[in-house]
Amino acid sequence: MPEITMPKLSDTMTEGTLLRWRKQKGDKVEVGDILAEVETDKATMEMESFEEGTLADIFVPEGGKVVVGAPLALVLKEGEKAGERSTGPKSAPAAPAVEAPASRPSVSNGRPLTPRARAAALRSGNGGGAGGNVNAGVRVKASPLARKIADARGVRLAGLQGTGPGGRIIAFDVENAPAGASSVSAPAGGSSPVAAILPTPIAGMSETRVPLSGMRRVIAERLLASKTQIPHFYLSIEIDAAPMMAFRKEYIEASGGKITFNDIALSAVARAAMQKPKVNAAFAGDAIIQYGSVNLSVAIAVEDGLVTPVIRDAQKLSLKEISAAVKDLALRARDKKLKPEEYAGGTITVSNLGSYGIEQFCAIVNPPQAAILAVGAIVKKPVVNSRDEIEIGHRMSITLSGDHRVVDGAVAAEYMGALRKLLESPALLLL
Amino acid sequence: MARTLSQPLKSNKTTVKKAVGSAVPKVSAPDFSKSPFNVSLKPEEKIAFLREMLRIRRFEQQALKYYNQGIMGGFLHLYIGQESVAVGTASLMNGHDEIITAYRDHGHALAVGMGMNECMAELFGKGTGCSKGKGGSMHFFAPDKHYWGGHGIVAGQTPLGLGLAFAIKYKGIKGCAVAFLGDGAVNQGVFSECLNMAALMELPVVFVIENNGYSMGTSLERSSAIRHSLASRAEGFDVDWSLCSGFDLYELRASLGDVMDKARTQCRPHVLEVSTYRYYGHSVADANAKKYRSPEEIELYKTEHDPITLWQNQLLAEKVITQEEVDKIDAEAKAEAASAAEFGINSPWPSEESIFEDIYHEVDHQTESGRTGRHFFSE
Amino acid sequence: MPLITYRQALNDAFAEELARDENVFLMGEEVAQYNGAYKVTEGLWEKFGSKRVIDTPISEAAFLGMGVGAAMMGLRPVVELMFWSFAYVGFDQIINNAGCIRYMSGGLINVPMVVRGPANGGTNVGATHSHTPENFLANTPGLKVVCPATPYDAKGLMISSIRDNDTVCFMENTLLYGDLGEVPDGAYTIPLGVAEVKREGIDVSLIAHGRAVLTCLAAAEILASEHGIEAEVVDLRSIRPLDEETILNSVAKTHRAVLVDENKPFCGVSSQIAALLAEHAFDDLDAPVLRVTALDAPAIYSMPLEKLQLPDAQAVVAKVLSSF
Repeated sequence: MPEITMPKLSDTMTEGTLLRWRKQKGDKVEVGDILAEVETDKATMEMESFEEGTLADIFVPEGGKVVVGAPLALVLKEGEKAGERSTGPKSAPAAPAVEAPASRPSVSNGRPLTPRARAAALRSGNGGGAGGNVNAGVRVKASPLARKIADARGVRLAGLQGTGPGGRIIAFDVENAPAGASSVSAPAGGSSPVAAILPTPIAGMSETRVPLSGMRRVIAERLLASKTQIPHFYLSIEIDAAPMMAFRKEYIEASGGKITFNDIALSAVARAAMQKPKVNAAFAGDAIIQYGSVNLSVAIAVEDGLVTPVIRDAQKLSLKEISAAVKDLALRARDKKLKPEEYAGGTITVSNLGSYGIEQFCAIVNPPQAAILAVGAIVKKPVVNSRDEIEIGHRMSITLSGDHRVVDGAVAAEYMGALRKLLESPALLLL
Repeated sequence: MARTLSQPLKSNKTTVKKAVGSAVPKVSAPDFSKSPFNVSLKPEEKIAFLREMLRIRRFEQQALKYYNQGIMGGFLHLYIGQESVAVGTASLMNGHDEIITAYRDHGHALAVGMGMNECMAELFGKGTGCSKGKGGSMHFFAPDKHYWGGHGIVAGQTPLGLGLAFAIKYKGIKGCAVAFLGDGAVNQGVFSECLNMAALMELPVVFVIENNGYSMGTSLERSSAIRHSLASRAEGFDVDWSLCSGFDLYELRASLGDVMDKARTQCRPHVLEVSTYRYYGHSVADANAKKYRSPEEIELYKTEHDPITLWQNQLLAEKVITQEEVDKIDAEAKAEAASAAEFGINSPWPSEESIFEDIYHEVDHQTESGRTGRHFFSE
Repeated sequence: MPLITYRQALNDAFAEELARDENVFLMGEEVAQYNGAYKVTEGLWEKFGSKRVIDTPISEAAFLGMGVGAAMMGLRPVVELMFWSFAYVGFDQIINNAGCIRYMSGGLINVPMVVRGPANGGTNVGATHSHTPENFLANTPGLKVVCPATPYDAKGLMISSIRDNDTVCFMENTLLYGDLGEVPDGAYTIPLGVAEVKREGIDVSLIAHGRAVLTCLAAAEILASEHGIEAEVVDLRSIRPLDEETILNSVAKTHRAVLVDENKPFCGVSSQIAALLAEHAFDDLDAPVLRVTALDAPAIYSMPLEKLQLPDAQAVVAKVLSSF
């Protein structure tokens, strides 16, 4: 039961107008007979029949415009009956779904950036990678090779004087860059970078030039950025460490497990941060982010630098668990076996130099976190007791360094109060 | 007018006047069936000619059907009405002869023995096509059958035909090259260059001008300045020429057989102008196929000069075939064409990798030379 | 090794191949009895006769096409264009026929033909005779394009081209025909698609083909002696197939590329190399890719101005210096 469809009468024809039927319903049709006149994109043409029989039905009236392949009429052979016919134009075969090619992942903070996000980051001058590439988003005129070398060595191109044509920074300039050039990170927001003050040779001085390791470069870059970009303020308290000492002794005797003063301090910092969540926060440009959980960054000294691996959900951990976590992190940090993700995601940091005999110090905020706590050694001091007598006391100093954009003095003070309460009544840490 | 043969054409009186000029070769009406090329034809050979012509026509009708459905790409230049020329020529090839033609090439392809399946699949752009879907309607080739295409640029194939003849002579083969062109192609400069070189180098080439009266949509009178024929242009190059009717297979075989023989044995080129007629437009996309010529003219050729009908009637008159046998052959041709269309439709598309195949021999065969350097520059 | 001219090196290649393979024949305007317009085929007609060394009329389209037809039948025509500029009247035969037939026949037909002749400016013959169509031809997948700079390369590449089963467009240079170079006796081949570092260097890569290679070598000497710059000179030798590896290796070493090209700048061979470097040598580049090409106007007749129009050593030196 042949259906007559709109023929393709030229190489460019996609639809045609049925101008005139030359055969009428019921007419006999032979192969080669002209059925109708069709207007194409080029001209009016005759539509020939490839079928023989009777023109049983006409679907498209004169003047109708239809796409190539759409049914126009029905020709039935002798004895044939009209069955079901498809109505309307045949749908074009669906174009094969084309899958977008997998984009090469660009990684920022462990998460791949989409090309769109990458482009947006580049437009906003934030190379899309915090950390990694020191030159991302920095618009300086440098050759591709110079950029490649600079990125590999952590050299900040913006601080270099290009010697290539038109002041272009070329590989030579990067390779001969003074050591200090690599320790600087361009400030966000496009303000002009702080020029590093570099050592000049000292007459008669023997010197050893130690090339910067990757870790030193990151430390240099991040802490310079922190100290120059974050408005720091400091609050110090001195707590009575006697209860803590007694608590530790009892704990060890009772459980047989060893805990350190640092473990106690970490536990207290985490729990206090849950009580006063405004310090457990970060500055995000147009907002402040308060975290719902405490991921404690712990500064651990390693050969040639320090690292700050993270104890996640520290507020939920028992003293014993915190102790175990810190021990594990410290061991693996010294063996350089920590995974990148173990450094990521901290919300507040503790640095403890008590074991070095440091009584009190101020730390640099570990961005993007809003606060870092510097914990000193427990020292014997003459103290005035509740009976107004001078006696030998045990004291520990703790200093909070805060990002004033996030935390104000009063807020930080409340936090320090909470911290003091926990450390001076350490049994609370067992709740 | 140009149509010097007995064809009833046309309205332009001035050209008619020209045509009856004294330079017109006298065409008596010899009995071509008695020509040495025809007299010993066996009945089965004559029937085979009919079968071949019917196969070509049914093949193209089938192709037209699918082209009109929009599932074939590009152009479709139909040979319908001219089938006798290709079939007659192929019937004269002796195994050492080579042929080449232009873009109206389906008839020649089938006549030399290419299969309907591979040809139809090529029209559908399928991987099973004779050119793996890379050539299309205008580019059929079968070098194993001495058929060198299938060429899209008007007259671009004529020097290739010269080259075929050159190679035949160079290799000392007793053959000839038959290069087809249309009446429009004679106006391309390269054809004139070929005539000169063919004469100068004494090459065994026969240029067959299939004169169907229309250079695309422009009639002969409007496209060619002529004295009395297109072939007679060869005169200026000292190349022999003659005319014949392509409607009668006997006449075509007699005339062409003669000049092919001369080319083979004497290494002399020849231009043979064959009068013929196409029922369809230049291509199927020819919107004015019935405007630059009258429907009556087309009808006249269909009814009075159809080479298949004429040959069929001839064979019936000679009683080498019965009407029933004719019908059977036609039915078989139709069935074969329909089956070829099925084959084409159901064949797979060429693979994506095949885009970069068949470009360089050395790359395809990974020879040493195909392995050095980059040959393709897309990713 | 014997010191012979570029012209003689080619002549030797033809003689070797004509003697080796009876399917090889030479054809072109005045290649036989006249001994060739530039005497490249001198003596070959006397030695091999009219069957193998064939004079043609001035009909480029017809004899190029005849070459294609003969090659389809298995012969190995070596077709001379008196000037490559004349190819333009036979472009249909080169592009549509030699370049596309293998593809359009689904691999059934090869066209093992060499089309050769001089392609260059610099001889004060005006625009119509000074074309360098290597870029047009290399733009056609199916064709190969070779541009030798030295007598040694000319012979080795010609023998490879004649033995190649695809159509090779072989571009010589009238200004080089008299150049002397060491060339071994007997047949040897240089594979198509293999560039050669003609001079080692560490500071900048000069990338060129054809006569521009010699321009680069001269420039490299000046750069070394007067500026302390060691330039590496990469001779492409073959445009298509293209030896990208050698180019990229050189640029990875020197970090600078100056492309020297007697082609015009717009969509010339150097444009393709520049695209290659942008794509695959981006991080190796310490300077933008620079080009010294023919000045972008039709070849001028006037002698001093035509000199100016083509790359010379001083222009290359200046361009190199501008990148440091």
